[in-house]
Amino acid sequence: MASIVDAGTTGSRTAPAAGQPRRRPPRSLAWLGIVPFFAFALLFLIGPTVYLIFGAFQTPSGALTFDNIIGLFTPQIMAAYSISIQVSLASAAFGALVGFFIAYAIVHGGLPGAIRPTVVTFAGVASNFAGIPLAFAFLATLGRLGLVTLFLKDTFGINIYTLGFNLLSFWGLTITYLYFQIPLMVLIITPALDGLKKEWSEASEILGASRWQYWRMVGLPVLAPSILGCFLLLFANSFGAIATAYALTGSSLNIVPILLYAQIRGDVLYNPNLGYALAFGMIVITGCSNVLYLWLRARAERWRQ
Amino acid sequence: MSFLQISNVSKRFGVNTVVRDFDLGVERGEFVSFLGPSGCGKTTMLRMIAGFETPSAGNIVIDGEDVTDTRPNRRRIGMVFQAYALFPNLSVADNVAFGLKVAGRPKSEIEPRVAEMLALIKLPHLAERYPYQLSGGQQQRVALARALAPSPRVLLLDEPLSALDAQIRLSLREEIRALQRELGITTIFVTHDQEEALSISDRIVVMSDGRIEQCGAPFEIYNRPTSRFVASFVGTLSLLDGVRESGSTVAVNGTSVTLAEPPQGATGAPVTLALRPEAVKLEPSPERINRLSARVEDTQFLGSVVRLKLSVAGGIILADTFNRPTAPPPLRGALVDLYFSPSDVFALKPGAAPGPATAA
Amino acid sequence: MTNSRLVPFAIVAVGALYFFLPLVATFEFSLSMLRGIWSFEAYRVVFDDPRFRETFVFSVVAALATIVLGALLVVPTAYWVRLKFPRLRPLVEFITLLPLVIPPIVLVFGYLRLYNSSSFLPFTGSALGTNILLVFGYVILSLPYMFRAVDTGMAAIDIRTLTEAAESLGARRPTILFKVILPNVRAAVLSGAFLTFAIVIGEFVLASLLNRPAFGPYLALMGANRAYEPAALAVIAFAVTWACMALLQVVGSQAPGRSRSGRSLFKLGRRAAR
Repeated sequence: MASIVDAGTTGSRTAPAAGQPRRRPPRSLAWLGIVPFFAFALLFLIGPTVYLIFGAFQTPSGALTFDNIIGLFTPQIMAAYSISIQVSLASAAFGALVGFFIAYAIVHGGLPGAIRPTVVTFAGVASNFAGIPLAFAFLATLGRLGLVTLFLKDTFGINIYTLGFNLLSFWGLTITYLYFQIPLMVLIITPALDGLKKEWSEASEILGASRWQYWRMVGLPVLAPSILGCFLLLFANSFGAIATAYALTGSSLNIVPILLYAQIRGDVLYNPNLGYALAFGMIVITGCSNVLYLWLRARAERWRQ
Repeated sequence: MSFLQISNVSKRFGVNTVVRDFDLGVERGEFVSFLGPSGCGKTTMLRMIAGFETPSAGNIVIDGEDVTDTRPNRRRIGMVFQAYALFPNLSVADNVAFGLKVAGRPKSEIEPRVAEMLALIKLPHLAERYPYQLSGGQQQRVALARALAPSPRVLLLDEPLSALDAQIRLSLREEIRALQRELGITTIFVTHDQEEALSISDRIVVMSDGRIEQCGAPFEIYNRPTSRFVASFVGTLSLLDGVRESGSTVAVNGTSVTLAEPPQGATGAPVTLALRPEAVKLEPSPERINRLSARVEDTQFLGSVVRLKLSVAGGIILADTFNRPTAPPPLRGALVDLYFSPSDVFALKPGAAPGPATAA
Repeated sequence: MTNSRLVPFAIVAVGALYFFLPLVATFEFSLSMLRGIWSFEAYRVVFDDPRFRETFVFSVVAALATIVLGALLVVPTAYWVRLKFPRLRPLVEFITLLPLVIPPIVLVFGYLRLYNSSSFLPFTGSALGTNILLVFGYVILSLPYMFRAVDTGMAAIDIRTLTEAAESLGARRPTILFKVILPNVRAAVLSGAFLTFAIVIGEFVLASLLNRPAFGPYLALMGANRAYEPAALAVIAFAVTWACMALLQVVGSQAPGRSRSGRSLFKLGRRAAR
């Protein structure tokens, strides 16, 4: 034993030997705090989804098969996917375009200061006006007896229905979907537009560029990931939507969610496992869109210092 | 007619006049700094030269061409911003090439020019990097190269060093000056840091409240300030209040202080005298005929310089001496005599912008 | 730099037209039940309809149950992840974003297959079981918003310091959670609650496929059979959603996290009743 003891080292040397580390007990109890969440998510979110995914690759007797997936490639189902993708593309594209211009107008348009917060707030509210009430609202606006339809007929003598327009159609649904797609675009792209620093446009101008050159070489490339990402978000959003379509076009426009709905209700496809495949197809499409969206968002954020 | 001629320019934003009666001629190849506190209008004036603001009155002529109403992208001016403003989606090389690309120059011309500029700022190895991968100092140098690549007629720098660390600030300002000398480009440099302006400018324009207080070489601005504002903004100054006597003397609490020339005002009128710290010594000499008794209030050891804070019967005086290892400075509370020559003390113009009694 | 302000103004004006016209048209349509005059007849019919009251009450109760259950699930989780398991955070966030990726129709399809009367958890075997399943589904649907709201609220208050202070005063974990943390994130929870309420009230797919007498399916039924009542119902639904959003703003701006939680919820806030 050394005769000289350094007060500083004694304490730290003996602590581990004195007993177990004090941290263990509270931690095991703390796990209880988050177990309910994971259990709940497993039972009511992940579980059902995984069950469907597995079911997509099983026959009714449980054997592994790709028949269900192959069974998706019938004209009826392919048509459903085709229509769904078209509606989603159209509403996402127009939603992104119009939403971008509105966002640009309120951020860089030099408008009175109160306009921007008003538009943003309204966008927040409007993006929740989805579902069945939205269908009713558009029926009241552009339906056969809708306000705008009658106004155009009585005031300008233009009957849009005889001209071929029909709300209960592909374009009618797309126009209706825009009601929540455009606000979503505005909400997401406005911060990205804020990130377009004024110095960039000034630097480009002093270097001799015209406004169009600035947009082509700097502005749009910088915004591209955000715009593209939001487009994908809008696409996925539209693809999975059903309530508005149900109330508006019903089964006359056979988009995938409507087909799946009918399948769940009454096995219209005469093969229960085909429903799984349909659902699987939906998950793949919305999943890929969202993953791409997140990746693009990460890329866009890299440039914001 | 100077290369860059600014004639009687004023700028109003609503009821606020931000720049008034600005009149300046800058020679070709000259490095001029606009120096002043925040809000004095220096940046606004710079932006008017660039074209981002339009003067409310007056005009701006570059090389004989009146550019007052010309769009910024037609003025052939280069500008470096405080926040670097490098295009984030373009590599360093593409950033530098931007001005040339936009002008439609052929690739055969752009590539060597970009290489030349990158060599000039000593960053050729970073050509393929992106701005977010660079440090602040590197970004600013790239911004400089980008501004200079299209061979502009005038180079404008808007507080380019303010966002950088102190160390980088020092080295980069030397680099900017060296580059400017080598290229011989007419340059306007905006800053609020008087040391920066003093160290690299050919001429300094000190601004306050939208107008030019004084314009001249650094030596002149520092040693012969014409107004109280300039005297207190540029460098450190000690102020003494006194009363004018006949001839060239001013009475500071009983003691007569001799000036090099008679101050303004009638006998008996109040006068404020100004002294630079390096002019005040503790030892007499044939030139330093003025003497004041003082008490040491504080000693600041700044390394190579020792700064004494002394109280006299008329104010506080700062005295700087070089550090001498063999002779420690006097202790607090000691009574000493201060000596300075008449040519080192000057009277401030009455009524100029008030500053603190001693400005650091 | 100030180009013509006309174009931006025109854009916003046209946009405003597109968004206000349907609201105006719906309201006008709802007043047009009786020929030739404005009247609230459509509303009278709706309010007199016993099914309206039943389904609306059902949905309100479901919404309240969802809010309570959601809060009970989310608050402790957010708390413990922040405090003790920061490394689980990405996983938890991923889970809370899944409901935005998986379409609700897929989810309810999964429920029907997994929890039908012949499974280990026969929820759909009884009305009560199905109702419980419905509420669970709603909790999942509102999870992204509830979690984001509470998490942002917790980020604004320093829960670590609060916990340590409470512990040093002798409090145990459950006490800390209920007496210290919960009151401080109350505003955040309320924000999430209002959004959840708006989502559940009009929700259609889950209620319809689980065959529950909720407001959403009632709306669909009305839409299929009537002309003017749907417009009145739409106005009522919009009014409820508006009220929820307004309350969300009010509550969100009073929270320690201020309008940040409100705004980020807006960004998430849609995809509710598609």
